Amino acid sequence: MTEESRDLDLETLTVTSGEWLRGTGPDSDIVVSSRIRLARNLAQFPFPPQADDSTRMEIEQVLRRRVESLSCTGQLGYISVDSLDQLDRQFLVERQLISREHAETHGPRGVGIGSQENVSVMINEEDHLRIQVLRSGYSLDDCWNDINQIDDALEEHVTYAFSEEFGYLTSCPTNCGTGIRASVMLHLPALVLTKEIQKVFQALQKISLAVRGLYGEGSQAMGDFYQISNQVTLGQSEEQIISKLKEVVPNIIAYERRVRKALVKENRQRLHDQVSRAFGILQSAQTITSEETMHLLSSVRMGINLGLVEGIEIPTVNELFIHTQPAHLQKLRHEMLESAERNVARAAYLRQRLARQEPHEN
Amino acid sequence: MRKCRRCTKPATLHITEIRDGQVQALHLCESCAQDYLSNVDVGETVEEEDVAFGTQADEDVDEVFEGADDLKCENCGITFKQFRSQGRLGCPNDYIVFRERLLPLLESIHGETQHVGKCPRHTPDASRKQYELIRLRNDLRSAVESESYEDAARLRDEIQALENQLGIESGEE
Repeated sequence: MTEESRDLDLETLTVTSGEWLRGTGPDSDIVVSSRIRLARNLAQFPFPPQADDSTRMEIEQVLRRRVESLSCTGQLGYISVDSLDQLDRQFLVERQLISREHAETHGPRGVGIGSQENVSVMINEEDHLRIQVLRSGYSLDDCWNDINQIDDALEEHVTYAFSEEFGYLTSCPTNCGTGIRASVMLHLPALVLTKEIQKVFQALQKISLAVRGLYGEGSQAMGDFYQISNQVTLGQSEEQIISKLKEVVPNIIAYERRVRKALVKENRQRLHDQVSRAFGILQSAQTITSEETMHLLSSVRMGINLGLVEGIEIPTVNELFIHTQPAHLQKLRHEMLESAERNVARAAYLRQRLARQEPHEN
Repeated sequence: MRKCRRCTKPATLHITEIRDGQVQALHLCESCAQDYLSNVDVGETVEEEDVAFGTQADEDVDEVFEGADDLKCENCGITFKQFRSQGRLGCPNDYIVFRERLLPLLESIHGETQHVGKCPRHTPDASRKQYELIRLRNDLRSAVESESYEDAARLRDEIQALENQLGIESGEE
């Protein structure tokens, strides 16, 4: 096996955070991020689940070279996921740079990551290539423009598996056709609080849009974050799929805003109290679980947007959602921690980050 | 038109669920679908519903795939039965070999069976020719395993020739 370039050093990522967390962009009070991923396969190899390790290694070599020579993205740093330990793989999952499946599967595989963490290209996930573009706020069109360019650039030197009838051919028939999954990550605390969220789910499922939790398929909806994405990939163009999302998402945003407004109107004091208590616990707890942290941060995030909390900014909250998760906490502390120790470390980290009115460093 | 799995009304909603790699199709009428969906929380499955629907959904899948189990792709070696159990296809050529069996499945997942949208600049024809490489490499592997070195040498040349002809990069330096 030839190593053309050194792997990206994971430690550099532990002290930074992705551009998509910066909390700017259109409607960023509710839309945390927009994401598009494309599934692609090379024509001359079996799909990764069916490929043996030597074939996967060959696929990785061919594609790593392509990914590293991409110019439209800026230089991507490459990480061989196979050679990472479990903690580091989990870290990349928490960071939204690889999927849980990519972390858990076996054999030669990797990921190319952009310096702003807006781009990640997984090699040998379920498909040979899973290209992902992530942006702060509500900006699906920009995501599509970016990823379309990356796709074109990669395709200049390889032949994708494609049929005129079924489009881009993928390992799972649920992804064939465009191979696209466009999604927006929404923060919907008011709809959850009032249980109106069930209506949203039903309406979305009826028009075959999927709702998932923070970490995609099968993950729990933590911190009132929901990913809304297309399910259909065949028989509709990329533009049609994105348009469909764009028709629906503004309605959900408006719905959440309406309910927030109503909550404030009904009982501003109670809401103010709830949000302030949440902030207080985060600032002073001595031990705290990941679940409680997500729940309280969600309250605080809404509180900031409603002007009920001062002394903390949205990007800080966004970052804390990610940095207080188990693998991040352990990477920040440079040690392996048991669950109870993590709760203590998490509380200490939160106290330190939320102690004074400091602009967050990045 | 299909009938709803729960009552006799026509099925207007077609739900495809993938659980543990198993593809399950579910056809429901408007009101039964409402009932079903309202019991499904995001990101998790409802165990009781699972049990109640499990057998019916299985029957449904059987109906679609009847008699197709032994069909095999010579390129990657996967059978349709294997695809059914793992929920993943083996190689691009499977879409040709299993086409007839995949059509109803694709119809129920996507509601459509014809791609519209972006096309790669390379022609689909070039893509199809390359599937041949998957078969040749598989044959090469078995030839090496069974120590048929003459065959192996011949296959290696064929692979090289086809790669050159198609102008693609191999993984080797």
